Amino acid sequence: MTEARKFRIATASLAGCFGCHMSFLDIDEKLLDLLQLVDFDRTPLTDIKTIGLRGPCDIGLIEGGVCNAENVHVLREFRAHCKILVAMGACAVNGGLPAQRNHLDLRDILSEVYHTEAGLAHGGIPNDPELPLPLNEVHPIHEVVKVDYFLPGCPPPADAIWKFLTDLIAGRTPRLGHGLLRYD
Amino acid sequence: MNEQTFNLDGQEIPFAAGQSVMQAALAAGVFVPHLCYHPEFRPHGSCKLCTMKINGRPATSCTTPAAAGMEVESDTPEILDTRRILLQMLLVEGNHFCPSCEKSGHCKLQALGYELGVMSPHFNHFYPDRPVDASHPDVLLDFNRCILCELCIRASAEVDGKNVFALSGRGIKKHLIVNAESGKLGDTDFALTDKAAQVCPVGVILPKHKGFAVPIGQRRFDAEPISAHVEEFKPIAAAAPRAGDKP
Repeated sequence: MTEARKFRIATASLAGCFGCHMSFLDIDEKLLDLLQLVDFDRTPLTDIKTIGLRGPCDIGLIEGGVCNAENVHVLREFRAHCKILVAMGACAVNGGLPAQRNHLDLRDILSEVYHTEAGLAHGGIPNDPELPLPLNEVHPIHEVVKVDYFLPGCPPPADAIWKFLTDLIAGRTPRLGHGLLRYD
Repeated sequence: MNEQTFNLDGQEIPFAAGQSVMQAALAAGVFVPHLCYHPEFRPHGSCKLCTMKINGRPATSCTTPAAAGMEVESDTPEILDTRRILLQMLLVEGNHFCPSCEKSGHCKLQALGYELGVMSPHFNHFYPDRPVDASHPDVLLDFNRCILCELCIRASAEVDGKNVFALSGRGIKKHLIVNAESGKLGDTDFALTDKAAQVCPVGVILPKHKGFAVPIGQRRFDAEPISAHVEEFKPIAAAAPRAGDKP
């Protein structure tokens, strides 16, 4: 008798603060229950750097919005390799805190930080080819790729992440009740 | 007994003469989503969240007078979807960043998002540029969150008698302005004790010096969803005049 195939989960943090990943870890001992049901693919938790090397992923959890060219690249890779892509947390859902720069001109921001602001080292705007170019605006991920589910919260409570994943794995449409669905 | 009723989702709702469909529903303990409605003010009919199907046609229940024998649908997938889309459009039109908003947990827009299960903005964000006005010593104006419900305008004109606020521009450019030559709240006679300072359903008009005073878990809509607060939205006694009523 073969064991039921485990779900493969990949996660990434784009323009986020890793708070959603911390909240994910905050499901505490239930992580052990989760590990009975899932394997992890590319995620900061496993330190696997490339997604999909061991087959397609079932669920991709994206934390953070899209603020630079590398975010776009990672997000498209996740979309290509994940059957279900989830916007996890406020920044992935609506841009969040990083998107509060959107009404400012990018050139002005870089100039203020690297040239003119008192108290900061004026080393010039970084121009290393290794650095991804920032986008003019920060975008929620659904403005770049198709997103299947949204899990709001800053961060989503650990119980919301647990409820969401267990619903999804059990084949139910995830439903967050009062207290689990929150935007802050 | 000759009490008049209409049918709301299969429930007979009694009403008094002059009551709107929404007032009768609220009085009967049926929650109706709303943003521009306030029990102390005349209905405005602008946010459209209270839309119901009344005798087969969509209509704002806050402005439709109740009539005997009406067939009204409110809690149906079609109406709930409409309300969700309205909320999503409001959320992308302004800059609604709940994690950094002092009104979070007390905000009716947010609470309705929870109530109706709005999981995503769905549309592309506008990210409008709306500078804040911190010129007043006691009150901060953060226009980023304005939903144009006009409650502050109505309160300032009809209750405070000050006409501090107004709308300017048309269509998508419509926005809240302050009625002063400089356009700054600090140059008006606006006071924290004004009715207009108490009625904002979202986080535009904020008292200074006490941000985030209520801890998470104890805020207005933390313990129970907004639908459990139906008592607070019940119409005031029919005899009491509402602000803006014609004498």
